[in-house]
Amino acid sequence: MSNRPGGGADIVWEAGSPGLDAPAGTEWEMVIGLEVHAELLTRTKLFSASANSFGGEPNSHIDPVCLGLPGTLPVLNRHAVELAIRVGLALGAEVQPSIFARKNYYYPDMPKNYQISQYDRPINVGGSLELPSGKVVGIVRAHLEEDTGKSTHVGGAGRIDDAAWSLVDYNRAGVPLLEIVSHPDLRSAAEAREYVTELRATLLAVGASDGKMEEGSLRVDANVSVRPLGSPELGTRCEIKNVNSLRSLGRAVTFEARRQIELLSSGERVTQQTRHWNEDTGRTSALRSKEEATDYRYFPEPDLVPLAPDPAWIEQIRAGLPLLPRQRRHRLAAATGQPPARLALVVERGQDELALEATEAGADPEAVLKHLEQNLADGTDRLTAAGLAELITMEQSGELTSNQVKEVLAEMVTSGESPATVARRAGFESVGAGELAGVVDRIIGEHPAEWQRLCAGDDRERKKMRGFFTGQVMRATKGQANGRDVAALLADRAGTDGL
Amino acid sequence: MSPGPAAAIAAAVRAGERSAASAVQESLTAIAAGADLGAFNAVTAEAALARAEAIDSAVAAGEDPGPLAGVPVALKDNICTRGTPTTCSSRILEGWEPPYDATVVDLLNAAGAVVVGKTNMDEFAMGSSTENSAFGPTRNPHDPGRVPGGSSGGSAAAVAGGLTPLALASDTGGSIRQPAALCGIVGMKPTYGRVSRYGLVAFASSLDQIGPMARTVTDAALLYSVIAGHDPLDSTSIPEPVGNLNGALAGDVDGLRVGIVTELCGEGIDGDVLARLEAAAGALASAGAEVGEVSVPAAVFGLSAYFLIAPAEASSNLARYDGVRYGLRVPAPGAVDMNVATRTAGFGDEVKRRIMLGSFALSAGYYEAYYGKALKVRTLVMRDFAAAYERFDVLLAPTSPSVAFRFGERTANPLTMYLSDVCTVASNLAGHPAISVPFGSGADGLPVGVQVMAPALGEDVMFRAAAALERLLPGTQPAAARAGSAGAVTKGTAP
Repeated sequence: MSNRPGGGADIVWEAGSPGLDAPAGTEWEMVIGLEVHAELLTRTKLFSASANSFGGEPNSHIDPVCLGLPGTLPVLNRHAVELAIRVGLALGAEVQPSIFARKNYYYPDMPKNYQISQYDRPINVGGSLELPSGKVVGIVRAHLEEDTGKSTHVGGAGRIDDAAWSLVDYNRAGVPLLEIVSHPDLRSAAEAREYVTELRATLLAVGASDGKMEEGSLRVDANVSVRPLGSPELGTRCEIKNVNSLRSLGRAVTFEARRQIELLSSGERVTQQTRHWNEDTGRTSALRSKEEATDYRYFPEPDLVPLAPDPAWIEQIRAGLPLLPRQRRHRLAAATGQPPARLALVVERGQDELALEATEAGADPEAVLKHLEQNLADGTDRLTAAGLAELITMEQSGELTSNQVKEVLAEMVTSGESPATVARRAGFESVGAGELAGVVDRIIGEHPAEWQRLCAGDDRERKKMRGFFTGQVMRATKGQANGRDVAALLADRAGTDGL
Repeated sequence: MSPGPAAAIAAAVRAGERSAASAVQESLTAIAAGADLGAFNAVTAEAALARAEAIDSAVAAGEDPGPLAGVPVALKDNICTRGTPTTCSSRILEGWEPPYDATVVDLLNAAGAVVVGKTNMDEFAMGSSTENSAFGPTRNPHDPGRVPGGSSGGSAAAVAGGLTPLALASDTGGSIRQPAALCGIVGMKPTYGRVSRYGLVAFASSLDQIGPMARTVTDAALLYSVIAGHDPLDSTSIPEPVGNLNGALAGDVDGLRVGIVTELCGEGIDGDVLARLEAAAGALASAGAEVGEVSVPAAVFGLSAYFLIAPAEASSNLARYDGVRYGLRVPAPGAVDMNVATRTAGFGDEVKRRIMLGSFALSAGYYEAYYGKALKVRTLVMRDFAAAYERFDVLLAPTSPSVAFRFGERTANPLTMYLSDVCTVASNLAGHPAISVPFGSGADGLPVGVQVMAPALGEDVMFRAAAALERLLPGTQPAAARAGSAGAVTKGTAP
């Protein structure tokens, strides 16, 4: 089975490859929709006053309400609603009057054996997320719900059914979650990763979540199906759970799509299932089928009143939103003439403001981006836009060699000084044009035989001698000569343009 | 107007004429003497006496302990009390002590009341006779061979038997009013949201409401005034301030428009009960009220809607009793087996029946036909009430279709028992206030209650009509003729 990236971002499998028993030439398309659970950055839980904080001694951030003790009642956290609205507005969703519902199922780490969630009237409906590639992924909804506790099953295979005993930590129970559901608009593992990366950046930008997949504050379930390329219909999907990193996401959806293609190619059917991703084996395995799925018996939560945020409040929240990653990419694209896709990295690193200022200060946009992309991966610290612009001018006028530029830039990042100051202190006095010509002429005079070979030799010989003379000049100038200037002088002296 | 025994105690304690300790001791003695009633699941004598002494010290120091100074109060055992078991008369909550007080308990304490114990009830408030308690039945003080009604039978018997002047109970479909009627006392369900539910162990959240039980309308109003008000811990709590009821209690009914609900005065209601309702209507008319008949068509469908909505919410509310965190745990290999074993052993038949009924009503494929339709009926009940209140200030109906029945009489067929709630559930579905006031006796000399219903937040006019009825009943004594004579009920035919 080959993995042919093909054009664009689509990953398409070709049947007829080893391991597949389908007509040669059948091409398959992967269809992915993602459900992302983001823990909201509130001080307290969604319905009670105990702390919403990661870690801590087990069962130390608890109270009667989040433990679901008899007689307790939930009281909605206003800040969680505000953060949900921030995300909704950032995604271009409609923020609507909503109601909470009870999702009923039994699990020991869920104190009430129902989860307070939103069902047919979520707070945010619709919207979309534009990826750096320019692809627009539709959003179905983004609703509020409470998190569960955490179970540790000891003994057996580590599952609840065969454990010797289980330990439950309710610190996470009642932590506010926003569940963001995408349309099945994603077509490859790379796109799925790109979507999660962009969504995470958006959540961070609006201050809604810290987006730490490794701590579980951002969790992803993937709905995966496949279909013959060009088919308008959706195939039977499987939901993949336990995906704990971007890398796992890519591996899991790729494995799952291949599994489904193998089934379909050998004339079998895909069964709608929930499947568990195993990081160690690199495989998904069936958890439960649709027939075994729990009937959640949703009904409106009678302990809470309908949530109808004041439109004026929503507008106030909208006015307070920062620029989103998408907007920042487009802003920088307009200033640099570069496509937004290229600018994702700079925006992700938060260097777009510097890039804009340096560009506005007259620096060549391409040079600005090149330095940010290649030389400033570890951050810009004390580097100023004016300093960067000045440095690029010095580089382009030949005052500094490219090696010197890198050294000066590194120094500017830590000291915040101007490039001229740094260059002077480092002794990077540029070799003047007249001085350089003198050096070149002197070295030609010292090596007449080699010069002859340069002027009269074949291409290979000339190239070799050009390297020899450049090296001599560099040695004589202690590396401070500009390579392009040296080449130009040698060409001039040899009387050839294309030396 | 009789101030009522609770008001009398509070006035005497505040004036320094009587000690809270003596009032509490008197109640504790009556509770001990009336032990055969089976009214209490737990008596907190030591804590009550200590608290009474603290109140007496406060009075001695010139402080005012509040409007219920020194008044002993019994709490239905589904109202959470910090450090005292709260059982809902169920085995499943065995050994559980809440780490917090219900909001109403805080309010009682702030008003100077003294909680003396927790009263028996139908398990999780599911029932109309208190026969569904895991701890045995409560007897009706008027006839020990008969039920006190339910689910708040313990609170009703405590007040009617003279064990305490006041009790708090909860009303989901009539659980305050029906036992009040059967025991010959006053029982009131406030407007939904008027009294905080924080700390009330939930049966059906959209219907549950805590309310007072007392021997007089004035005492009921006094207790209601203490517990009513906004609570930020209950999102369904109403923010509007609670008005003073003194004017209503003293006011007359001249010109008051009283509508008799025709649907609740027909088939299924015993003749002796209807006779007392007519007497009440006549008394109000003679006092100047404009009495007429009014149809509330949806009221008759209310019972069916109630027996879908309440079990549906209960099936979810009671899911938390799984043996994992508190209460009973029956060990079994595997978590699911343990859940099943615990719930099988911990819940009684009626609770299991309603959990199954409710789970079914909410199931995929049945939701619209059952739960969804019940919600529509609920809307119709509200609409029909709204139409009735365009013409009338209050509505009048029986509280219970019959006087107190005998033990075992309705246990064989659950549907027969469910019919006990036919007159009361509509107020819960609508969220309206309603009160049951004793109005003489029916068959076998047993008490009959008359129910006054009012629109949402119409407590004022409701109390006005109720107080008038109490005054108009010829030769009434505050009920509880048996105070201090609990020995008379030791012989009984109860199971």
